[in-house]
Amino acid sequence: MIQKSSEALSRRAFLGMAGAATSMMVLASSCSKNDDDNMMNNGVDLGSGDVGILNYAYALEQLEAAFYTRVAQSPYNGISASEKALLTDIRDHEIAHREFFKSALAGAAISNLEFDFSAVDFSSRASVLATAKAFEDLGVSAYNGAGKLIVTPDYLTLAGKIVSVEARHAAYIRDLISNGSFADNTVVDMNGLDTSRMPADVLAVAAGFIKTKINASNLPR
Amino acid sequence: MEFQHIINEIKKVDPEMPERLSDRRTAMKSFAGIGAKIGLAALPFFIGSIFKKAYAQSGPSQNVVLDVLNYALTLEYLEAEFYAMGIAKGTALVPAGAPAAAIKTIGDHEAAHVEFLKTAITASGGTPVSKPTFDFTAGGTFANVFSDYATFLAVAQTFEDTGVRAYKGRAAEITGGGDLLTAALNIHSVEARHAAHIRTMRKANGFGDVKPWITGKESGIGSVVQASYDGEEMSTQAGINIVNINGAMISASAATEAFDEGLTKEQVLAIVGPFIVQ
Repeated sequence: MIQKSSEALSRRAFLGMAGAATSMMVLASSCSKNDDDNMMNNGVDLGSGDVGILNYAYALEQLEAAFYTRVAQSPYNGISASEKALLTDIRDHEIAHREFFKSALAGAAISNLEFDFSAVDFSSRASVLATAKAFEDLGVSAYNGAGKLIVTPDYLTLAGKIVSVEARHAAYIRDLISNGSFADNTVVDMNGLDTSRMPADVLAVAAGFIKTKINASNLPR
Repeated sequence: MEFQHIINEIKKVDPEMPERLSDRRTAMKSFAGIGAKIGLAALPFFIGSIFKKAYAQSGPSQNVVLDVLNYALTLEYLEAEFYAMGIAKGTALVPAGAPAAAIKTIGDHEAAHVEFLKTAITASGGTPVSKPTFDFTAGGTFANVFSDYATFLAVAQTFEDTGVRAYKGRAAEITGGGDLLTAALNIHSVEARHAAHIRTMRKANGFGDVKPWITGKESGIGSVVQASYDGEEMSTQAGINIVNINGAMISASAATEAFDEGLTKEQVLAIVGPFIVQ
């Protein structure tokens, strides 16, 4: 039933939304000429409504994919065969997520973001895994927090399909750092609930790694 | 009071109004805080805007929310009792140290989920379903579930992966469900963390050639649990083929791993049915 409904969410439906979003962006840019420069000079605009949330997810997947691409290109010292294989898997999952959002959003997709990973020592296992852990936990909390902002049920299902994979990544990375920390009390509270964060909080954390300025002011709250 | 009078008036034209309002727990919560923050004279205006909010948003009905929460509670009862019984066997079943600690962490979470969901259901105006009687051998299929570590972990993996799919399969029904949706999502990702760890434990012990994520529809267990994995082999999402998408080298395996799939209520009940005596 669920599979049928997500298959029914055709590319055309996405494109239809994308068209609407594009015309809204054109409208926004034309009105900004008469107004002040708030809308134009505030970085890459994620947009509003469900498209905004999808672009927000797209931005985070771009970040993760770029990070793991670097990890796979220059594996850290002493990496085991198993770690290399599974970190490459994660890279492929994040690229799959990124490209999925790019295709789904089509004309409404934000541009390619630029990243700054200068804080990461890619030769160091500890540095790479600490960053990976931060990104995966952040990703899980971002999808969990954005869920209630999504209006279209099929998009919520899609977000759900991705967030559990991010949670699997988070658990694996955490276990690599310290076996048994897959769901410790730094991310899971006394009710057994994972962490959720709203977009502004997530982007504030991610901003340290993203060169491109992102304007999230039109996202639903 | 004026407020009650307003509600009674609306009830005359919309008998379902109180139900709609009670779905809007956050709206009502903000209403409760309003009196303290602003003068009473301004109240009617705020009441009006809350009503508008409650009607304008297209959220799930109270019945749907309660049905989903009670469904989740049934699955959490299953998991919580399973781990509690496993832990009670001590080191005869789960080796001391990291394995026992991990099973305790997971068991504690499942027990917490049971309590949380009971509270959430009651607070939403419903009645929590009572705990079924379970048979974790599933009528003898897993006869040694509490004496053989490999079988115990195989059943644990199946429960966790099924749990992830169960929450995912019904999330869309509570779209717009506010904080209750967030809570369900926060449980969903914890189940995924559990699943990843149990899968890692099975791999480390040589019990199954599995990764923390699900490849194709492989269980790494056997045909007896296949229903929990069927459908995971999807490599197309929303009409978009993920294999080699946009020129990226994405294998068919990676394409299926990158997205977990939901299960319907009927599929999940068929899977857990053999474990439920009554």
